[in-house]
Amino acid sequence: MNRRQFLNIQTQDKKKEKIVEIEPDLTQSINPYSNKKLPDGLEILSYSILPYNGNWDTKHVAHLLRRTTFGFRPSDLRNFKNKSLNDAVSAIIDFVDYTPAPPLNNYSSPSVIDPNIPLGQTWVNDSFTPPNLTAPRFLSFKSWATGQLINQECNIREKMTQFWHNHFAVEAEVVQDGRFLYKYNQFLRGQCLGNFKNMVKTISKDPSMLYYLNGYKNTKNAPDENYARELMELFTLGKGADSNYTEDDVKQAARVLTGWRINISTVESNFQPTLHDTQNKTFSGFFNNQTIVGRIGADGALEKDELIDMIFMHADVISKHLCRKLYRYFCYYNITEQTETNVIEPLAQFLVQSNWEIKPVIQKLLLSEHFYDINSKGCYIKNPFDFVVGFTKAFQTKFTTDLAKNYSSLLLVNSFTTSQGLNYFDPPSVAGWPAYHQSPQYHQIWINSDTLTKRKQLIEILLSSNGIATPTIDIKTDIVEFVSILENPSNPVELINESLEILYAIDISSTKKTELKSILLSGQSQDFYWTDLWQTYQQNKTTENKQMVYIRLYSLFQHLLSLPEYQLA
Amino acid sequence: MKRRDFLKATSATLLPIALNGLPINTFAGTPLLKAIAKSSSKNGRVLVLIQLNGGNDGLNTLIPIDQYSKLNTARSNVLIKENRILPLEGTDKTGFHPSMLQMKNMFDHGFMSVIQDVGYPNPDFSHFRSTDIWMSGSSSDEYLKSGWLGRMLENEYPEYPDEYPNAEMPDPLALQIGYGLSLTLVGEHHSMGLAVSDTNYIYQMVNGTVDPAPPTPAGHELTYIRLVAQQTEAYSVAIKNAAEKGNNLGTKYPNRNSLADQLKIVAKLISGGLKTPVYMVSIGGFDTHANQVDASDTAIGAHANLLTQVSEAISAFQDDCSRLGIADKVCGMTFSEFGRRIKSNGSIGTDHGTAAPMFVFGSKVNPGIIGQNPNIPSNATVNDNLPMQYDYRQVYWTIIKDWFQIADTEIQNNILFNSFTPLPIFSQTLGLNKTEENKEGLVHIQCYPNPFTSYTMVEFYSFGGYCEIKLFDNQGKQISTLSAQVYPKGKQNLKLDSYAYKPGNYYLQIITALGRKTIPIIKV
Repeated sequence: MNRRQFLNIQTQDKKKEKIVEIEPDLTQSINPYSNKKLPDGLEILSYSILPYNGNWDTKHVAHLLRRTTFGFRPSDLRNFKNKSLNDAVSAIIDFVDYTPAPPLNNYSSPSVIDPNIPLGQTWVNDSFTPPNLTAPRFLSFKSWATGQLINQECNIREKMTQFWHNHFAVEAEVVQDGRFLYKYNQFLRGQCLGNFKNMVKTISKDPSMLYYLNGYKNTKNAPDENYARELMELFTLGKGADSNYTEDDVKQAARVLTGWRINISTVESNFQPTLHDTQNKTFSGFFNNQTIVGRIGADGALEKDELIDMIFMHADVISKHLCRKLYRYFCYYNITEQTETNVIEPLAQFLVQSNWEIKPVIQKLLLSEHFYDINSKGCYIKNPFDFVVGFTKAFQTKFTTDLAKNYSSLLLVNSFTTSQGLNYFDPPSVAGWPAYHQSPQYHQIWINSDTLTKRKQLIEILLSSNGIATPTIDIKTDIVEFVSILENPSNPVELINESLEILYAIDISSTKKTELKSILLSGQSQDFYWTDLWQTYQQNKTTENKQMVYIRLYSLFQHLLSLPEYQLA
Repeated sequence: MKRRDFLKATSATLLPIALNGLPINTFAGTPLLKAIAKSSSKNGRVLVLIQLNGGNDGLNTLIPIDQYSKLNTARSNVLIKENRILPLEGTDKTGFHPSMLQMKNMFDHGFMSVIQDVGYPNPDFSHFRSTDIWMSGSSSDEYLKSGWLGRMLENEYPEYPDEYPNAEMPDPLALQIGYGLSLTLVGEHHSMGLAVSDTNYIYQMVNGTVDPAPPTPAGHELTYIRLVAQQTEAYSVAIKNAAEKGNNLGTKYPNRNSLADQLKIVAKLISGGLKTPVYMVSIGGFDTHANQVDASDTAIGAHANLLTQVSEAISAFQDDCSRLGIADKVCGMTFSEFGRRIKSNGSIGTDHGTAAPMFVFGSKVNPGIIGQNPNIPSNATVNDNLPMQYDYRQVYWTIIKDWFQIADTEIQNNILFNSFTPLPIFSQTLGLNKTEENKEGLVHIQCYPNPFTSYTMVEFYSFGGYCEIKLFDNQGKQISTLSAQVYPKGKQNLKLDSYAYKPGNYYLQIITALGRKTIPIIKV
């Protein structure tokens, strides 16, 4: 694809386009059972963001892991149980930063020829994406990005990366070029606990973002307001009552941002002084009528950061907007007056005091009394990746290492989450996924009759002993192996209790536990029948003995993971 | 690249991802012949499966009165007093446990077929393994991951669950009341049934209510998801409609009887027009190792209570079905993973055993007893068990063939993977009837000497056809087939060399086209 072709792909405003074939159907997301009455007045015991110093047990540890990762292994839980609260939070946020191996050419075949990049090598540094490779590299990126979640370490990084992707959203199907998407993804991941203000400055010239919101077409003769609007409405100030920028402010900001272009071969942005509006830009009273003085030549690029510095004069508005989003992403969607006053506001002030560093704010939240309040637990509806990765991590699902199969297996995972309403790197719009901003349903949007059915079906397939095995896909879960690594799998009560610690965010009644045990015991009333069976299998690991164990565990987990309780984190 | 082309390219690569986002290939392997349209089991008939969980003591359920003295030697501490046994209509040799008055009435009025000593070769004494065998319909050395009714339904509805429910089949293929779907209803490719946790769940479906949740944010979300889940259940509307339209007219349903509660809702759903061909309900507690009976009176106690529940529930259900006018399309069948040991233990209980009776009931069954009373060894030891008279898959075969009217080839190829001789449960299969089978003399086998040491001469009678002579050990396990061939009409002899066998109780069995007979023999 040459530059002209590339630039001509999109002529109209991209975010308005609907892609019927792949995008989740929004009418499906807005379900008939949506939240008619918000749970106001429900008992929250503590709204304090002061450090929590109460009981620190398995439930608290699991809560921390559930909210800060997409899923964890039983060994992660055991490992974290040995840490103090401070050490646990530190392990979640003070991880060793590293760059994951980039996406590879998984697509070369007699019918798909890549002239530059051999099979198994990365294409991210190629100077060009030929037209016939746009789709294969796009899919390679999608597989790779999904792989980052499937292979996440037990820390907050991927969860934060998804947060920023939802915040500074671009749609991969609009950007198309995998090299751009990779760069955008790497930026979000690298800065996931970095400085918010710097992120805004950088994303404003990110090649994917410039392309997605038409920044690259924003010139002095044909200003395009698209990015300038979202910069204020979505990325910084928000649209709350205290955010009073005017339509003219959007126009002025667009003028400030004229002249940014994309270099297709280096995947870098650059500033073209000849396309920049060198006149002064004067803003409304909301910005104290401030004027950004028009600059000539290369200095015109400096106006971008001046604009952002000016917007950040409303530190209070911006910090609250961002903290509400963080709260909805990590805690609960319902922000009551008490939450606003006691959690959002002090957290926002702390963000400003910390000079927009994200990490201290996340740390404060994760150490707070409110975060560990009994009523803060279990109210978070899993998003499709929480659901899928939560399973694959807990049960240690194996993905083949064969490159082609690995990538197509990961793509299949992405198609699962897509069918459940979350196509990673393809949110429905620049506003991100409705579950994080659409009032009043918010997280409930993830669950409707269509997606709940798909979640149940997926569980049945993932649990089956054959897994998903086709000539191109290999995903396998060994539930017998999962049970083997529990503390005391021969005791049905302990087996169920420990499984619940890992899989459920909320307590269930003893009656429900008895039902679960009854499944494991195939309706027998004596626990030792399971114990005998398990020990027989341990002593003699024949296929037959394993199958007898498997049949019971399958019924147990199929039931356990189909109950509404499993949808909560 | 044009957007349209791009999307085409990406979605082509995404294939084969379809069908609710699941790869089609995952489900490949459905035999072609399954795609051929069938109509057989869609004949409107209903099977209600009643699982007696834990291993029901067959010898105290269907009591061979003619073996009473030998039973008394083997299990006096649990044996029902002879005068308390309820003899069945037309015989004084076989009777029910005194708790089963209702079922005796059903039998006496021709609503029940009783099949003696049902089991399978090489019985397994593990609850789990034996349950799996019964549910999967396998041999004891065969490990199947699907259930017999799951396969039957898969054979009849090969496209399920794609595009289901639909106009032709708007209702669940199978409905199980109980936690976790039973292996019985799992097909080779899909679970073919819907399991609802308890009867309350169905009433909640009707009322649109869900379990209460705590007044917390988590409780709020849980309630939301539960409501969606209830509405989401593809068959909730069908079940709700049937339950609202349906009725119970029976007056005999007892209180505090969970099996009766389950059967009551089954009757209601059937009468409400639910087209579901298979229902499965269960009752547990039959694993009576200790205190099976009351120490002071063997006719009361744990097992008696269970049999009371079973008997009252089944007869109330039958009564309801008759009043509702649905009796002709409903039949029920009990099963348990095994019977219990001939010899009782010191805890006033019985340990795991082998063959046990099955009950098939309904207005369309061919009433009577199939098979003979078991022969109880006179010196039964702790190791002695009943040999089977009938393979449980003969019962399955008969139900699939005669009740659901599925062709033999399909049963053999897709469902039971073997051929089994049908039993006259519904009709006079093979031109036989139970009377002939029970007729002494027509099916004859004995041996001299007995007890014996190194050999014994087996004498049997051939009608001029195929005869099988089998030897079982005291565990009920088949040791060998002494002969299986066509014999000319008349008295036949064959020698059984027994030097290789350990001393103890054995059983000799003859099977001919006219029936079978089993006798105990003793090597000393």
